[in-house]
Amino acid sequence: MYRLAGRLAPWFGGLCLLSLAVGLYLGLVVAPADYEQGDSYRIIYIHVPAAWMSMFTYVVMATSSAIFLIWRLKIADVVAEASAPIGAAFTAVALLTGSFWGKPMWGTWWIWDARLTSELLLLFLYLGYMALRGALDTPQGSARAAAILAVVGVVNIPIIHFSVEWWNTLHQPATITKLGKPSMHISMLRPLLLMALAFQLLYFHNLMVRMRTLILSRESRASWVAELNVETGN
Amino acid sequence: MLEFLDMGGYAFYVWTSYSFALILLGGVVLWSALQSRKVRVSTIRRAQQRKRKS
Amino acid sequence: MKLAIRSAGQWLNPLLFFVIVVTLFPLGIGPGPNMLATIAPGVLWVSALLAMMLSLDALFANDFRDGTLEQMVLSGHPLTVMVMGKVMAHWVTSGLPLVLLSPLLGLMMQLPEGAYGILIVSLLLGTLSLSFIGAIGAALIVSLNQGGVLLSLLVLPLTVPVLIFGSGAVAGAGMGLETSAHLSLLFAIVFLSVSLAPLAIAGALRVGVAAGR
Repeated sequence: MYRLAGRLAPWFGGLCLLSLAVGLYLGLVVAPADYEQGDSYRIIYIHVPAAWMSMFTYVVMATSSAIFLIWRLKIADVVAEASAPIGAAFTAVALLTGSFWGKPMWGTWWIWDARLTSELLLLFLYLGYMALRGALDTPQGSARAAAILAVVGVVNIPIIHFSVEWWNTLHQPATITKLGKPSMHISMLRPLLLMALAFQLLYFHNLMVRMRTLILSRESRASWVAELNVETGN
Repeated sequence: MLEFLDMGGYAFYVWTSYSFALILLGGVVLWSALQSRKVRVSTIRRAQQRKRKS
Repeated sequence: MKLAIRSAGQWLNPLLFFVIVVTLFPLGIGPGPNMLATIAPGVLWVSALLAMMLSLDALFANDFRDGTLEQMVLSGHPLTVMVMGKVMAHWVTSGLPLVLLSPLLGLMMQLPEGAYGILIVSLLLGTLSLSFIGAIGAALIVSLNQGGVLLSLLVLPLTVPVLIFGSGAVAGAGMGLETSAHLSLLFAIVFLSVSLAPLAIAGALRVGVAAGR
């Protein structure tokens, strides 16, 4: 697994840079300006992929936590632990860029919109997970405790999202006209999908790198570690 | 070029958003790489020392 | 359970905290009756939630320190059942007093007349599920010496639905609206948390005891 991650990481990284470059070029230069929002809509190319990845990463984290709890598969716990920081970063990016998009569009930095609020709570869940990991110092205990938290969190996410949506419709009778999304033009959609792909690859690249680090520090007493080359790590 | 950088008057919002994304995501990538290097060097060195002793 | 009643601090502290927090709001915002009436449901609910969090810290801590918890885990009796009893006891000693005191504080907050019944019912259901949800957090950090802030970070996002439906029901009742939808959703959350949380709590306690040894 350690070697596999090492072999895959540069591929994911390279492909990520490639799709990132093409996606950014198509998104920032080629795609036309939106006739309602002007050029400000170009924030979408990082905002939406980041929001998608924030949820995707949490699902990966919770699924592997569940696998770890049920089958005691150590590698699943490594996946979960390695995913948390990058997931939190995606969530923070989605929130910040959403805020910078909201200012010119809605005239305010923050509204208690259902999606924004759920995303904020998701960030808290990530931070709680990482704080719990950091606070419990025995690796055995922290792994299972954090896994329980991740699973409890994923059960709660739909409930939280539903309740926030309900609360939102109750408090804000359609004053904010949501950006009506008529089917997107292909020249705008293509860069969006490319950027989503780039973010996905970024996640996998980072996951591989972090997993290698975690495996190495956990298995530091294993005999195969001594056979590795210090410079390349292989 | 200037027209591109101006982003139709939304330069501040667009470019701050992109730089936040760059700082945060790039930060995580960079941090992971540095950490990976640190752990790799120290763990493998220690393992090799142990092996030589035994 | 009896022990919890005997040591007055256990149930008195959250209660006092509840009263004081509610008192602070009019002082901070201003005593205008109309203003108070609009924010009353939210203030009462948020204060109750914080008071519950305050009492959760000690839920398993003492049993962990004196080894009772380890015996519970090792005794062979189903841990979920014992957890259930433990959490119910916590609710009776810290949730129930809050519910009983809430109408009085509602009066002080100029809560509209029609809302008192709903306030009691929603708090009754809400504090029960808060006890169970919060106990998961308390169990996760049981082997830590000081975890107060961490506990809030872990638990508060999970309590958002309870807060939304609870205060929503009270606010709706204050405006003379139908609240059965809120209450049935709250009831669903109670059902979910009472049935599922003990599993998570028991799992977390096993981990905590194993880590503490």
